Amino acid sequence: MLSCTHILTMDDLTPDDIALILDTADSFAEVNERRIKKLPTLRGRTIVNLFFEPSTRTRTSFEIAAKRLSADGVNFSASASATAKGESLRDTAKTLSAMACDLVVVRHRYAGAPQVLAECMDAHIVNGGDGIHQHPTQALLDLFTMRRALGRLEGITVGIVGDIAHSRVAGSLVPALRMVGARPILVGPKTLMPARPDVLGAEVAYSLDEVLPELDVAYMLRVQFERDAAMPIPSVREYARLYGMNAARLARAKPEMIVMHPGPMNRGVEISSDVADSPRSVVLDQVNAGVAVRMAVMYLLLGGEGSGAAA
Amino acid sequence: MALLLKGGRVVDPAVGLDAVADVVVRDGVIVEVGQGITIPKGETIDCSGTVVMPGLVDVHTHLREPGREDEETIATGTAAAAHGGFTAVCAMPNTTPVCDTGAAVRFVVERAQEQGLVRVHPVGALTRGQEGRQLAEIGDMLAEGAVAFSDDGRGIQSAGMARTAMEYLAGFDALYVGHCEDESLAGGGAVNEGVVSTRMGLPGQPAAAEEVMVAREVRLAELTGCRVHIAHVSTAGSLELVRQAKRRGARVTCEVTPHHLFLDEDAIVSYDTDFKMNPPLRTRADREALVAGLLDGTVDAIATDHAPHAAHEKELEFELAPFGIIGLETAVPLVVTHLVEPGVLGWSDVVRLMSHGPRAAFGLPEVRIAPGMPADITVVDPDAPVDVDVAWLKSKSRNTPFKGQTLRGRPTEVLVGGRWALRGGEVVPL
Repeated sequence: MLSCTHILTMDDLTPDDIALILDTADSFAEVNERRIKKLPTLRGRTIVNLFFEPSTRTRTSFEIAAKRLSADGVNFSASASATAKGESLRDTAKTLSAMACDLVVVRHRYAGAPQVLAECMDAHIVNGGDGIHQHPTQALLDLFTMRRALGRLEGITVGIVGDIAHSRVAGSLVPALRMVGARPILVGPKTLMPARPDVLGAEVAYSLDEVLPELDVAYMLRVQFERDAAMPIPSVREYARLYGMNAARLARAKPEMIVMHPGPMNRGVEISSDVADSPRSVVLDQVNAGVAVRMAVMYLLLGGEGSGAAA
Repeated sequence: MALLLKGGRVVDPAVGLDAVADVVVRDGVIVEVGQGITIPKGETIDCSGTVVMPGLVDVHTHLREPGREDEETIATGTAAAAHGGFTAVCAMPNTTPVCDTGAAVRFVVERAQEQGLVRVHPVGALTRGQEGRQLAEIGDMLAEGAVAFSDDGRGIQSAGMARTAMEYLAGFDALYVGHCEDESLAGGGAVNEGVVSTRMGLPGQPAAAEEVMVAREVRLAELTGCRVHIAHVSTAGSLELVRQAKRRGARVTCEVTPHHLFLDEDAIVSYDTDFKMNPPLRTRADREALVAGLLDGTVDAIATDHAPHAAHEKELEFELAPFGIIGLETAVPLVVTHLVEPGVLGWSDVVRLMSHGPRAAFGLPEVRIAPGMPADITVVDPDAPVDVDVAWLKSKSRNTPFKGQTLRGRPTEVLVGGRWALRGGEVVPL
């Protein structure tokens, strides 16, 4: 039973909630390996994917998860409809409320949008990424992937490398790692660090090479600043040289260290092609885990065993 | 027609008054201040238990007229001012169109004469359209009644342009009001850069975005000899820059807002846009430094930065919502509750910071509780509770983070030139 009604940030979850989600996802991962990948669990429940910014991976992952649990999944691409006509987020929420949906997955370019929906809707809200704030199901699927690859979470050291300041992946992964007893280290140039990484509970390093030998996981973030007018780095080339994961760096890391990436990857920038395709890369495992973890989240919020809030 | 305000605690440090006394007003002018006064004809108001002060002034009010009458008008804004205990406000120029010509200033003056419940002193723009590129017609606006000049809401980004503006104003001995925000550093930040911006995933404005420009303004004040007033100081560093400049003899004054005095970034626990203001709520240490600045004389004025916004505009995603909160009606109750009741400030300090100090900074006519002075008087019942709720507010907008709070210290009477603007706690229409 989850202790929360919504998953807006990692703060909504307790360590027990995380363990329950990961364990539940384990059993769904097995379902996903069957020839018939469908369960009747959420038949008759309506799940809306409310995406205010374009996303293919995350939306598809949620959509497949809903379908595998037999829920009725609906996509509401807000940028193309109501908001483009000037409708406010609250009005969109009221409209969806009137349609009596059970769970809403929201992706929004501004932080706090899922909280606004939670305040004015009866449905369960799952944050599918809000601005530069959080993306909790990404953090959960990352934990799931790490646990499967390394056999444990407690005590592992995870280097999160790149544009931390603008990364909702980092925003949720750092507290998630802290909650399971792992050690996050944020790695990148100072221009890409948040103002107060200490409040997230993370250590900070400006040199990847210095911390590399300590890492059990190298989590490479996507370089997103190629279009930024005020470039926080001198060049993509220099970034790749200082902060990219390549074969030479991999050779200096612990032999069991895995390489992760939330995708889509810029091959040759934050990750070299040979590393991306190497057995040490678990990038496709992350994608695979995404479906199982999102199934678990939906199942537990919407009437999973003992989930009183949704009963 | 005579009026006797009887038995209140009359506080006016400018004339050395802090005693229970009676005040007689006749034909809009204070004619007698003393004890045991009776008047044969006229009206007597029992002021026992209240504090009778020189009329309070807010030197930083956005009345939104012309252009955004859906948010506030000169009529509703001055009603809110009277309700909050103010006898005068300075109206900021970032209206639509911008108040950057003599004609625009005249419009505000005339509309205020027709519809204003309290005195309205227009502030003109420093540059045309507040675009920071070319001086506005300062002399023309002064002739029409502008009391100060500001590109409030933006701030002049070019140091050279700011210098030119100050040089020009110095020729008139006119006041430059600085909105200190270096946009290249503020970077579109919605909250203070630090703990809250990191935790909430919101873009942050560093304290340095303000302090860099405060440093520029005080140096340019010294270079040009211009009188410079720093609006809404929000950081300890800014205040220290003002303190040092004052010690050096620069003609610099400053104001702080009640929200920066009584809230800090820790108050932002949800994405409630009523906590989105510019400058943003800073840290607890900043807040404490501002309170210390009230006591040591660095701060000249408590000013509200009353910034009304339509509900539907504030009900947006935090980053999209406009900056600003209303403040005219909560200022006095907040000051009484958080500073006077705990003994941090005395009533003479309140008069210094909300009447004499801001008037001196803006060169407004003096107001005293003394015979021969215009009867601009504020009466506050320090014990009366104030429930900050929607029904109680007279402003056209409702954007306040203090909603739902019960404060103490209710303005009960406001006289503007002897005319009632607030009586028994109720706004008196024209």
